[in-house]
Amino acid sequence: MVDFFWAPFADFAFMQRALVASLALGLISGPVGVLLVMRRMSLAGDAISHAVLPGAAVGYMIAGMSLPVLGLGAFITALLVALLASGVSNVTSQREDASLAAFYLMALAIGVTLVSMHGSNIDLMHLLFGSILAVDETALILIAGATTVTLILLAMIWRVLLGSSFDPLFLAQYGRSGRVANQLFMLTVVLTFVACFQTLGTLMAVGLLMLPAIAAKFWSRDIPIACLLASGFAMLSGTIGLLLSYHASLPSGPAIVLTAGVIYLTSLFVGTHDSLLIHTIRSTRHRES
Amino acid sequence: MNAALNLIDVTVAYHGHPAVHHISGRFEKGSLTAIVGPNGAGKSTLLGALAGLTRINQGAVKLDNAPVDYQKIAFLRQLSGINHDFPLRVLEVVAMGAWQAVGAWGAIKGKVLERIEQALSRVGMQGFEDRLIDELSVGQLQRVLFARLIVQNAPIILLDEPFNAVDATTTADLLNVIHDWQADGRTVVAVLHDLGMVRAHFPDTLLIARELIGWDKTETVLTPENLARAQANSMVWHDTASWCHVPGTLEAADIKAPTGSHRHG
Repeated sequence: MVDFFWAPFADFAFMQRALVASLALGLISGPVGVLLVMRRMSLAGDAISHAVLPGAAVGYMIAGMSLPVLGLGAFITALLVALLASGVSNVTSQREDASLAAFYLMALAIGVTLVSMHGSNIDLMHLLFGSILAVDETALILIAGATTVTLILLAMIWRVLLGSSFDPLFLAQYGRSGRVANQLFMLTVVLTFVACFQTLGTLMAVGLLMLPAIAAKFWSRDIPIACLLASGFAMLSGTIGLLLSYHASLPSGPAIVLTAGVIYLTSLFVGTHDSLLIHTIRSTRHRES
Repeated sequence: MNAALNLIDVTVAYHGHPAVHHISGRFEKGSLTAIVGPNGAGKSTLLGALAGLTRINQGAVKLDNAPVDYQKIAFLRQLSGINHDFPLRVLEVVAMGAWQAVGAWGAIKGKVLERIEQALSRVGMQGFEDRLIDELSVGQLQRVLFARLIVQNAPIILLDEPFNAVDATTTADLLNVIHDWQADGRTVVAVLHDLGMVRAHFPDTLLIARELIGWDKTETVLTPENLARAQANSMVWHDTASWCHVPGTLEAADIKAPTGSHRHG
């Protein structure tokens, strides 16, 4: 039993690096995911994650499977898509989700075209599903950097972000802080994806971000508590997913996301708030007053 | 503390059609005014323009003949614009009112916390500090938002349909708060639909149906003739109306706003 949980991490350096990476990613996935869910942007995360592809593909064409270059390319295109989407929705009366969809679909098509023109299918699989083997020292430093910046940014915009999520126009009267905070929040989402996609791939990164956050809402409605829970769930998913990947020779990204999926389903059934179990009990029980 | 809001030939248009058309007048210091008019009359648009949230196409709003310092204006938008499901705590919402004092990073403690507690007890919500907003009824939420206005402590307060979907007890309590504000010398402007309430509680009335129908003492404005005119006016809408050109009847010094053409009617 101890061997099952301990030995892979004790024996192999690449597993240690993968574990550290997924713990760091889990830590930021919690608050970023919960805020996306609370702001009804669950699918916006998905859109941004696809916008990573063309930049990563260009990075691949320039430098091969070099994570810093892939990460930089991914960062640039994802940020570009996020900024274009919010820019268009600011100027026109179109909603942000519509312009986000338009730009991410174009980005995705460009990305797939680039990969199919210049890479092999194996490379595409790496980009889409990630690889824990690819996490070397440099990648680890990159992930640590991105997660640290994200956490600090999030702490700085926390109050403004929550206030403007509740009442979007209130802060508009006191200047631009609300808009700036919203843009910085998109930056944290992009940073989170760039950090995630190297281990999880562009397709799977959004799973680690959203599933723990949605699961956490079945345990608490309080935002800080939900964030802590989501971080915990994401870190747990990372650890167990890596072990599954190691023992059953599964690709790491899907293994981690599937673990998060199991946590989500469990929460859906037995969570302490709004779960199926609570709905069954509440149907007959109520308080005196 | 108190200040007057001057409207100089204010026009706000959407897609070229005026929602608020050439309105001039003055909300006096310490006045309590109701904005009344049929649906689509431009009431909320006018309020948004006063708060600096809606772009004015033509004309200008001035605060004592100076450019408006929007930090002196507290604006409570319609409840429908607020995300009632977002699980902030009551204390956190009321604390938003202290934005100027604490900003994005300042601690909420001491005097600020005292002001928040006083505001909560003024609206009858003491003891609710740690409740989540999504657990509150509409009336309780409106009390909390009034507490936020109290903490904002602004000399000019704008309210957009503050009593929509709010029960009689809450309405009475909040009307009390509004009268207190007026007694403090604040200028209060509220968009309302209930003419009985306007006659009972609001000394001045601005009746609008895109154009100004009347702006004076409430009993002078709310006549059957004026109300019928407002009702008829709000329905008229011409897609082919000619473009509106303002004759130079105003002191040029008063107008520094960007010009924007818009259609009549």
